[in-house]
Amino acid sequence: MAGLAAAFGSGAMTNSIEELEYTDLILATGTNTTENHPIIGMKVKRAVRQQGTKLIVIDPRKIDLVKYADIWLCQKPGTDVAVLNGLMNVIIAEGLYAKQYVEERTEGFDALKTTVEKYTPQYVEKISGVPAEDLKKAARLYAKANRASVIYAMGLTQHITGTDNVKTIANLSMLCGNVGIEGGGVNPLRGQNNVQGACDMGALPNVYPAYQPVANEDTRKKFETAWKATLSPKPGLTLVEMMNAAGTGQIRALYIMGENPLISDPDLHHVEKELKKLDLLIVQDIFLTETAKLADVVLPSASFAEKDGTFTNTERRVQRIRKAIEAPGEAKPDWEIISALASQIGYPLQYSSAQQIFEEITSLTPSYAGITYRRLEKEGLQWPCPTHDHKGTKFLHKDRFSRGRGLFHAIEFIPPAELPDAEFPLILSTGRVLYHYHTGTMTRRALGPSERYPESLVEINPVDAKKFGIADGQMVKVTSRRGMVEAKAQITEKSPVGIIFMNFHFAEAAVNILTNPALDPTGKIPEYKVCAVKLQAA
Amino acid sequence: MEKKILITIDGKEIAAKPGQTILECARDNGIFIPTLCHYSHTTNVGACRVCMVEVEKARSLVSSCCMPVSPGMVIHTDTKQVRDAQKMIVELLWSSGDHNCLTCEQNGQCELQNLIYWLKIEKPRFTIQPPGYALEDTNTMIQRDLNKCVLCGRCIRACNEIQVNEVLDFSMRGSHAKVGPAFDADYIDSSCVFCGECLQVCPTGAITYRQAKFAGRPWEMDKVKTTCTYCGVGCQMDLFVHEGKIVKVSGNREYGKPNEGSLCVKGRFGMDFISHPDRLKKPLIRHNKNEELKEASWDEAYKFIADKLTAVKKTCGADSIAGLASARCTNEENYLFQKFMRAAIGTNNVDHCARL
Ligand code: SF4
Ligand code: SF4
Ligand code: SF4
Ligand code: FES
Repeated sequence: MAGLAAAFGSGAMTNSIEELEYTDLILATGTNTTENHPIIGMKVKRAVRQQGTKLIVIDPRKIDLVKYADIWLCQKPGTDVAVLNGLMNVIIAEGLYAKQYVEERTEGFDALKTTVEKYTPQYVEKISGVPAEDLKKAARLYAKANRASVIYAMGLTQHITGTDNVKTIANLSMLCGNVGIEGGGVNPLRGQNNVQGACDMGALPNVYPAYQPVANEDTRKKFETAWKATLSPKPGLTLVEMMNAAGTGQIRALYIMGENPLISDPDLHHVEKELKKLDLLIVQDIFLTETAKLADVVLPSASFAEKDGTFTNTERRVQRIRKAIEAPGEAKPDWEIISALASQIGYPLQYSSAQQIFEEITSLTPSYAGITYRRLEKEGLQWPCPTHDHKGTKFLHKDRFSRGRGLFHAIEFIPPAELPDAEFPLILSTGRVLYHYHTGTMTRRALGPSERYPESLVEINPVDAKKFGIADGQMVKVTSRRGMVEAKAQITEKSPVGIIFMNFHFAEAAVNILTNPALDPTGKIPEYKVCAVKLQAA
Repeated sequence: MEKKILITIDGKEIAAKPGQTILECARDNGIFIPTLCHYSHTTNVGACRVCMVEVEKARSLVSSCCMPVSPGMVIHTDTKQVRDAQKMIVELLWSSGDHNCLTCEQNGQCELQNLIYWLKIEKPRFTIQPPGYALEDTNTMIQRDLNKCVLCGRCIRACNEIQVNEVLDFSMRGSHAKVGPAFDADYIDSSCVFCGECLQVCPTGAITYRQAKFAGRPWEMDKVKTTCTYCGVGCQMDLFVHEGKIVKVSGNREYGKPNEGSLCVKGRFGMDFISHPDRLKKPLIRHNKNEELKEASWDEAYKFIADKLTAVKKTCGADSIAGLASARCTNEENYLFQKFMRAAIGTNNVDHCARL
């Protein structure tokens, strides 16, 4: 998000899901789309099979989409910047870039050009393992497409260089004039249903709703007036920083609504220790999650089917959820709990319905100003939607970037923080699988998905399996510098040699015991996609 | 302006769009032609011939779903010849299956049942001879009873053309034709990803929701339109509610963007967590660090939290308190949460798991 915001002035998905079905080329990188965003995966496959859309996949794993791709660039994990710089090297060297667009709508091209000069296909092959010829082919295919759309997900962002990766993909897209046009764009696919909305609503340490900075005095005054309170000008701590601050005693009380950091955070042993040091841990959730078990107070909340409200999907589309059934026992919608709690500590926050809260949101969030529950009745609306007669925005940066001119960032390749060595010879990459979601609290309590994917699997290439003497279906121990987990081996060509893959849905094989908490310095995203491990039969 | 094509349907003069089929043109003009194998957004295969109409000067009846309009066509949808042929087809389908509506989950929304009723058929003229396939109940999500299959091929086209999962096809031809994954495998033993698109398009009770079996009749259920709670696509869906419980989940083609009625396995079959016995039903408090969590009332819980938060704030300042909002909660709740942290507590220590 930080990467896109720096390049374009907005961190959101630039274009819409439907446009994937009428673009000329899709470049998918760091997204196992058919498993993590199946309906978007469906549209990509449809575009390829039925519209003749070209598909380039850049991914270390032989994901399902590879079957549909014209070109698959299989890079070593964590070498994305090198590969993308290599593509730009070819495109500039062969004069295939959108010269007029670059001149009229962007800045920073010269620095970019100088930087990518040394990323020749041969040099990139040495770093990434991607054959020089394939890289050239992909570069030409991408550059020659009239409209090309990039989709990416956590596979690009969960690296210490996550922000760099995103800036580089933004560079590539602007270089070929693909931002601000229908069917183009740079499109981060959000993993969880309302990540976009949570960001839009200011559930971030440095901004109020609609990304209005807390450090800006005028903005702060506006919110102080609206909320009738004195507000702090000091940006707060990010999630991983909070956990560390809990360890040092700087944070004494933590209120967690609907998250399960004990499974999702990197280096779990560390997180558990820090959480136990708190004076007060409040967890509000629908189940007694691993995190809730450590809490001093657990508050039962209503599920999405038991309340009204809105979610904002990955393409900025604000959509309604509607109450279908009653919550069990005394469970309540999260908003009712927050509002009661606020009154108890002497700051009345009273609302009669979710709709009333939404009305307050639209009065303080310019990009949502034109949206009402009534308008959402039939179909969702994509922000920015500034007025009541505005139809919503299908794609961003038309004619002009949010920040004015699109900004190229000259970025050098930096290797991942932890690389394999003699003791830990394999790379572990983590992610999701089709049948489960996040920390598994919901899908693991759903019969069908659990039947289809009942236990955690470690995906291992046949060559590695042979080397380490591991048979399909056998229990294995995976050990990193931070800990060890056991899970069942699945021998598959999906994992390339030297790389194993695990998901983080299963608490009993909590892969984040292994992962490296090294953070991207800007995005503060942990490096989930690369850490060094060893593999043994259990 | 593109040129219109002038045709006549049932005596009515109609300007059709070039490239339209007779069926599309009739539907646009409010003329009903029954169909069975036709399914929008998939190819027209002309498999069932239920949609046949009479076209003057044509040698035989034509399938309206496959036949493009041409200038001057004179079409009749409602002649004795058409109805007799339709009856014959439908009676053959009826008698070659085990269409026992008494216990069928599709009862009331079955397209075969509707056709039989619409064509006013009392009884098939042929002896009923179901093929005697075993019920496929080897997974917990989708049940298949191919004795109710009319071989329309909609499931195959949905799997290949809508979802592009490329799992289903016809195996064998002619009177032994059967739909299913390769090698006649059960879904659970195939590469099926349980999106349930085949189930959603099946016109009969051949493919049904296993867990919704005997859980409520179609007309007893309330339908609530909502947004999927799993990934960022935000699919629009219907929750089917019976006696305060969610019985099944379906896509709805009328809802349009972003998913046009399609869903994935999590959205369609992953919602039973809602009524799982593990759901938290009462607040819990741990009064002392070494004690267990104990049930409490809301008032106790609010007071416990308020006292502690106020104490921490007083001794260590507002910035010693932090909050994590949630990418799984609504916009309204996230907004309120950050307002609570910022205005009620007085800190900007608020974040969520977007980065994870
Ligand atoms: S559930 Fe989906 S993948 Fe499986 S057979 Fe049906 S349409 Fe194909
Ligand atoms: S299973 Fe249903 S959709 Fe598939 S061919 Fe048979 S009747 Fe048609
Ligand atoms: S149905 Fe599947 S693709 Fe659609 S929002 Fe839910 S999880 Fe995502
Ligand atoms: S609906 Fe036209 S042939 Fe089946």
